[in-house]
Amino acid sequence: MSFVSRGFKGRRRDDVPPERIPPGQHATRDFPVLSAGPTPHTPLSDWTFEITGEVAEPRRWTWEEFRALPSEELTTDIHCVTTWSKLDTVWEGVSVDTLLAEVETDAEYVTAFCDGGYTTNLPIEDVTDGKAWVAFAYDGEPLDPEHGGPVRLLVPHLYFWKSAKWVRGLRLTADDEPGFWETLGYHMRGDPWQEQRYWGD
Amino acid sequence: MAGAAVLGRLTWLVAEAVDVLTETPRTRTLVLDVPGWTGHRAGQHVDIRLTAEDGYQAQRSYSIASAPGDGRLDLTVERIEDGEVSPYLVDDLLPGDRFELRGPIGGYFVWEDEPGGPVLLLAGGSGIAPLMSMLRHRAATASEVPTRLLYSSRELGDVIYREELDRLAADGAGFEISLTLTRAQPPGWEGYERRIDDELLAEVAWPATERPLAFVCGPTTFVEVAASALSRLGYEPARIKTERFGPTGG
Amino acid sequence: MDELMLDGNAVGGLLLEVFAEDVTRAGSCCDACGATGQVGALRVHSNAPGVVFRCPRCDAVLLRLASDGKRVWLDLRGLRHLELPRAG
Repeated sequence: MSFVSRGFKGRRRDDVPPERIPPGQHATRDFPVLSAGPTPHTPLSDWTFEITGEVAEPRRWTWEEFRALPSEELTTDIHCVTTWSKLDTVWEGVSVDTLLAEVETDAEYVTAFCDGGYTTNLPIEDVTDGKAWVAFAYDGEPLDPEHGGPVRLLVPHLYFWKSAKWVRGLRLTADDEPGFWETLGYHMRGDPWQEQRYWGD
Repeated sequence: MAGAAVLGRLTWLVAEAVDVLTETPRTRTLVLDVPGWTGHRAGQHVDIRLTAEDGYQAQRSYSIASAPGDGRLDLTVERIEDGEVSPYLVDDLLPGDRFELRGPIGGYFVWEDEPGGPVLLLAGGSGIAPLMSMLRHRAATASEVPTRLLYSSRELGDVIYREELDRLAADGAGFEISLTLTRAQPPGWEGYERRIDDELLAEVAWPATERPLAFVCGPTTFVEVAASALSRLGYEPARIKTERFGPTGG
Repeated sequence: MDELMLDGNAVGGLLLEVFAEDVTRAGSCCDACGATGQVGALRVHSNAPGVVFRCPRCDAVLLRLASDGKRVWLDLRGLRHLELPRAG
């Protein structure tokens, strides 16, 4: 039995339309920093982004090449499995469609891999058709290292652990290969609107 | 029986605030009555849990500041700007209010008067809380183990338990304090005026040859700097105990 | 340096839920670099979907913990061993 503490409210926003908040979530004004390890700092001169794995030929971009790609700005809501949601966040990034257009593949899944060793897996249809970006700016500024800078994967329609920080590439795979949290109880797909947080959800 | 003791530690108990004491402009001590409390060792902490009316819960850890065997459970809480829990505990909580609590937790960061070298306590901000439990325990047991405290605060008004610390040092039982005020100092201040660094520690800390036992507590950044400096002074890693409070001191 | 980082001692309550005995003083050995120390001294990242314990010397992941409130998942692969006192 849980026990109510008089007057405790927390710091949640209560001024948001409920239909924008998935089940079990609450809105916050903050942007909490979540991390499984120390913040990596790769010099941009050493930085590359790769698409590898089940592709006819792997493709790699340097920072300059990556930043020369067409990019777009988007405003979206994000939902963290730890129950906070943040509405109307503004990002700028390169669509994953733009990157995948440069490779040939039949793969059905991708694994994002990152500085620091973090990985996460997604079905390819969850990162194509305008659903995912490799984001380099947040709120009009270059993405902060603690939030995943220089770039992070951005897949806002899924729980935010799929929006891998410090992403360095996508490995295309024939099978769905569980990543860092997916091997420890977290759902393989992670749709917040179906509350797919853990195995069996 | 061991089983019952373990269950007691795992269970959430209900804590009632019987008194609230303002310590500094940003900190307050909550004096708690906790039916079912089994006691603690100096340095341990508790987890507390607050539940809002709509079921939303937040959980935090706080070090126990009171001495074992005091018959009361004191938590000293610092208000973190934009914090979720600490503003409630420091500004809103009234005597009679209740929340859930479990513990004591953490046999790693514990001091009990053991034979061995002198004791060095390094406190950053509200990191003084578990070290205060150790000092109160030391006084209550009339221990004379040589003990030095180096306490880093922003300014004199932020030094928690100042009068009590001065009194303990004046008691002549082998306890010495050094303060460093990192942001502002009163006129005529003769203590240190900067963040802890290798040089400051070399002046204050016991020599490594005496095999001191060190306890370091405070914000993560403070603990990292202090603990690595002690390492460089030759302190044995297994005799540097750390308790990190995260970015803002709990 | 990561300001949010804690130590094994700070997540002692969660560890008690899993191990039922205080493991903050248990001895740990990193499988990657062989470093030994107490669990209380491990570097902990707990602002995450789960809790990650890392080696203070080489940063390798030693232990991972996640929970949905009913189940706890524990990955100990990064530890060569844990040394616990034996009761009784």
